[in-house]
Amino acid sequence: MPAQFYVSPEQLMKDRADFARKGIARGRSVVVASCSDGIALVAENPSSSLRKIGEIYDRIAFAAVGRYNEFESLRQVGVRYADTRGYSYDREDVTARGLASAYAQSLGAAFMEDAKPFEVELAVAEIGAEPSADHLFRIRFDGSISDESGFVVMGGDAEVVGEAMGAAWAGPGPDDGGYAGAVRAAAASLPGVAAGTPGPRMLEVAVLDRDPLALRGKRRAFRRLDTGELGRLLAAGPPRRGDGGHDGP
Amino acid sequence: MEVPAGPSFFEHLARERPELLPGQRTGTVPEAAVPHATTIVALAHDGGVVMAGDRRATIGNVIASRHMEKVYAADHFSVLGIAGSAGIAMDIARLFQVELEHYEKIEGTLLSLDGKANRLAAMIRANLAHALQGMSVVPLFAGYDPRRNRGRIFSFDITGGRYEELEHHAIGSGSVFARGALKKLWRPGLDADEAVDTAVQALFDAADDDSSTGGPDLIRRLWPVVYTVDARGAARVPGERLAAAAEAVSARRAADGREA
Repeated sequence: MPAQFYVSPEQLMKDRADFARKGIARGRSVVVASCSDGIALVAENPSSSLRKIGEIYDRIAFAAVGRYNEFESLRQVGVRYADTRGYSYDREDVTARGLASAYAQSLGAAFMEDAKPFEVELAVAEIGAEPSADHLFRIRFDGSISDESGFVVMGGDAEVVGEAMGAAWAGPGPDDGGYAGAVRAAAASLPGVAAGTPGPRMLEVAVLDRDPLALRGKRRAFRRLDTGELGRLLAAGPPRRGDGGHDGP
Repeated sequence: MEVPAGPSFFEHLARERPELLPGQRTGTVPEAAVPHATTIVALAHDGGVVMAGDRRATIGNVIASRHMEKVYAADHFSVLGIAGSAGIAMDIARLFQVELEHYEKIEGTLLSLDGKANRLAAMIRANLAHALQGMSVVPLFAGYDPRRNRGRIFSFDITGGRYEELEHHAIGSGSVFARGALKKLWRPGLDADEAVDTAVQALFDAADDDSSTGGPDLIRRLWPVVYTVDARGAARVPGERLAAAAEAVSARRAADGREA
């Protein structure tokens, strides 16, 4: 019979958390920012087909960092959760809070019970009628969940990128520059983009429009920006406040 | 290898929540006890397709609803009209809308027009047991095919058979009369505007001869539900435009003072 070594619960949790953190730290960062035009989701992602950002429902979007296979299956679970809920109740009854807590429960359960925890970090964003009604949830690998305001940064360099983003961007307000302001600040804060590679090729950007019905006659707020539109957003000068990002690694 | 769950919402429900599928009621419901929806017409025009449906639902000889909407935008490039048992038909239409959007979100791309028609056929086939009890639902599906740059129309039977229709088609209790009108009024090279007028006239003729089809209601200002689909996507024709079309048909026929 093989010898069973005693491992204290503290050590077990710490080992699992270290394992998940290491996996997440290898990935590139994602910024989700709420601004006057809507919510901008900006990922440093050189691939144009393997996405980190996705549409979940009419007013809800998803962004993730970490292992692609894990967050892609979580994204699909989220779409199924939202569509099933909207179909059995009503479209209005699908909320980011419900989805975020469902994610928190499955990540938390996997962290405690599965052979290995998820190596992912998720953001769930829901657009409101005005920036103060926006919801940005961040869900960590261990199932802990936080309700953020202004912007969320996730990924390997989250702290550094977060500081750069805070310096480059004043947060949502009437003169925050809309999508252009938020996306430029995020692009300047993300280390791989700030290092001089042409922005649009290194970025995956999508937005949740505040009033899609008035803009496009659609109830679905999610819209991806193609490289042309992204190039125009980035080309119109430096971000509004400061020139943040250059203090990054 | 375990294959991950596919991009079909319909199959997801059948697997995980079968009780939510349309028509999952036990026992037999007498056909005469539930509302039935009636005539839908669709016709191709230059660069797209138009679909129109009247507003009436009936239970036997009683008008159950004057406001019913039986034509829906299924997604950006397609529309769906339904005839048959109204309750199940509306559930199928709603499920089909979610099915297309679900596929788009999971796969990140739109289904082809033929793919959409096949998914709809699968849903109708799943309702076959109810259809045999008289609770049949027959849809008419039309859309713009970006790969072929034209509008296409598909009809279905209760066993899930899928038939592509050329030029125009009509379904429902007034379809025989609507189809007669379409045969005489349709011509190649119609533009979208003429196609809307033609659809309104075909429904007018159907209502004239079929008591289950509602004509334009000049007192309540109720007009058919009409959608156009072309390269720009599906759009509902506004009420003022339909009021003008319906009033023009009424005025012209009143002036003619003839039997038909």
